[in-house]
Amino acid sequence: MSIDHVELACDLLIIGGGAAGCVAAVEARELDPSLRVVVMEKAHVYRSGCLAAGISALNAYLTVGETPESFLRYAVRETVGVVRDDLTLSMARELNAQVERVEDWGLPIPRDEMGAPLKRGRASIKIFGERIKPILGKRAEASGATILNRVNATGLAMRDGRVVGAYGFNVRDGRFYQVSAKAVLVCTGGTAGLYRPSNPGVAAHRMWYSPFNTGAGFAMGIRAGAEMTSFEFRFIPLRIKDAMAPTGEIAQWLGAQQINARGEAYLEKYYEHLGGKRMLTQDRLYATLMEYRAGRGPCYLDLRGVNPRKLEGTIAAYLSMAPSSAMIMSDEAYYAGHGGEMAPVEITGGEPHVVGGHGLSGYWIDTARRSNVPGLYAAGDVAGGVPKKYASGAWAEAVLAVRAMIEELPQGELPQLLEADVARERERVYAPIAQPGPVPARELEERLQKIMDEYAGGISVQYGYAEGTLRLAKLHVERLRGELDALGAKTPYELMHCHEVIDRVEVARTLIAHMLHRRETRWHCYQERLDYPQRDDEHFMIFVNSVLGPDGQPHIIERPVQRMSVDVVLPPLSDGAVIRKPLISSPPTGSSEDV
Amino acid sequence: MGIHVEESVCNRCGTADEPMCVRDCPGDLMFIQENGKAAITDNRECWDCAACVKVCPTQAISMQLPASLVVRGVTLKGRALKHKTTWAIQLRDGEVHTYDTPSTGKPPFTPSL
Repeated sequence: MSIDHVELACDLLIIGGGAAGCVAAVEARELDPSLRVVVMEKAHVYRSGCLAAGISALNAYLTVGETPESFLRYAVRETVGVVRDDLTLSMARELNAQVERVEDWGLPIPRDEMGAPLKRGRASIKIFGERIKPILGKRAEASGATILNRVNATGLAMRDGRVVGAYGFNVRDGRFYQVSAKAVLVCTGGTAGLYRPSNPGVAAHRMWYSPFNTGAGFAMGIRAGAEMTSFEFRFIPLRIKDAMAPTGEIAQWLGAQQINARGEAYLEKYYEHLGGKRMLTQDRLYATLMEYRAGRGPCYLDLRGVNPRKLEGTIAAYLSMAPSSAMIMSDEAYYAGHGGEMAPVEITGGEPHVVGGHGLSGYWIDTARRSNVPGLYAAGDVAGGVPKKYASGAWAEAVLAVRAMIEELPQGELPQLLEADVARERERVYAPIAQPGPVPARELEERLQKIMDEYAGGISVQYGYAEGTLRLAKLHVERLRGELDALGAKTPYELMHCHEVIDRVEVARTLIAHMLHRRETRWHCYQERLDYPQRDDEHFMIFVNSVLGPDGQPHIIERPVQRMSVDVVLPPLSDGAVIRKPLISSPPTGSSEDV
Repeated sequence: MGIHVEESVCNRCGTADEPMCVRDCPGDLMFIQENGKAAITDNRECWDCAACVKVCPTQAISMQLPASLVVRGVTLKGRALKHKTTWAIQLRDGEVHTYDTPSTGKPPFTPSL
């Protein structure tokens, strides 16, 4: 394979053409049509990233009566206090404007007679989102930004401590890309594929999160010295079994209850101490696991008694979001027979993900979405500190980032990349092809997934882990990291897989460092320290952050939680907890949004 | 199981520079074989997002779930039209259920909820 070279220069470089990236490109070009904006996208912006299949709801929206402050209260409660109030408020203030903007671009949003979007939950509205990604992608194209489809980003270019561009390669023809820029926005999404997935073999990619989101943005940032936060807040979806499709459509829209194998509404019957029906999202998963251990599993969403016509609407909604789930439901309906009662839908937990849109993990940023590295900004699933932001929150963050980037854009000449740096990155990127090792990417990917699953709290150990298992995870991931030079690729496409593994290993070692540091259990299942099963507010009402040190290891930084003037009632500590400080112990309020 | 291209129906999108399934697959898994027909490189990599199914102008592409999961014989087809997407789920006995989902534009939407 001959390696040609493409050199580009721009004002703003956006890495990742998903929900955040497309809106960022449009915002930048609308604010200043003279700006040269480049979007680097590993697939094609029409159907790339998390929204490829579509979505049937927007789960970050201030419905009638809600405010940025009420959204923050909900976020603080769901994260048991560890959340960035400043980031959450700034995001929440932008939500509705961005949703209306995308509606103007063609996204169908059903509204009631008063003109309000149909509500699915306090912060959730119904949409017809099958075409959402082409709508965003076409708008980004029309904005006049230069879209580099099929270019997989590999690294950030640095000069004098500032990010001045990025490198990548074309996954079809293998050409090397070096793009210099005055400012760079990373919005590459979260990380799937760190853990052994729920489904085996040929079905392995039938997962909830996009399997093509492989942590490139995290890894590039970590290598460039960006501070990362809260990787230990792993997001584990409670999903419809096998299809791994979201449950919100059934739980929220149809109002189906969670029942156990005995037909009992188990949240209310056995878990009132966790909040019963109003428990946190993570506790719904935890309670489902507990039911299994108590011999009352498996658990279901109860569709019996649901109006068959309404069920047809649900199947249509799943077609617009998780088509395989619509197929499974249709098959179940077939077994139920004409006019028969629908069997309850079995639910289960998926594999853990590092993702900032549902959870807290990602770049440590300020309200302008700046990272600690000058010239580098982050938005969407790759940005940390704000949970529950989902697609519309990614749009909000993209807009906030772009406004700051333009305001702070360095004057004068475009930065030049250093020849020696370019040469070094080229060598690193093409090593699996130039000096191919004997091991295809899939084998090392599976090894990483096995290590993480067994030692770092995957599905096979019901998400729990302890000091000893994490030490083994660390040992084996470091060994694996030392063997990455065994990777070999014959085509640019295989080369992409090699870099996906390289990037995931970087994410995994950071994740393990964070998991080791938080010696408490704050978020059941997401962060389940079996050796520290209680919440410890005295020591761990903090963010666990890290940066890569000069020794090449992640170094932990503790950052305080800064609560703004919002009165929030945290869930009570569980029975037997050591209460070191007085805690408010009244029952939690508000409903959690299981989406 | 997974993505299946009916070769007698695929026309590689006529003279288009890049056939639309090849363009839209988020995993870059669709390609044109030497015989000029589209195919998937590796069904193991597929996310079941159905982007290729919907965008195919001749409806040559259908989707089945991997047989290693529960569903056997259920087939999905679809077609993205300007303001709606039409779908057909064929069940194991051959019965076909069709659905329309609004995809772009303003209310009123049909079907209603």
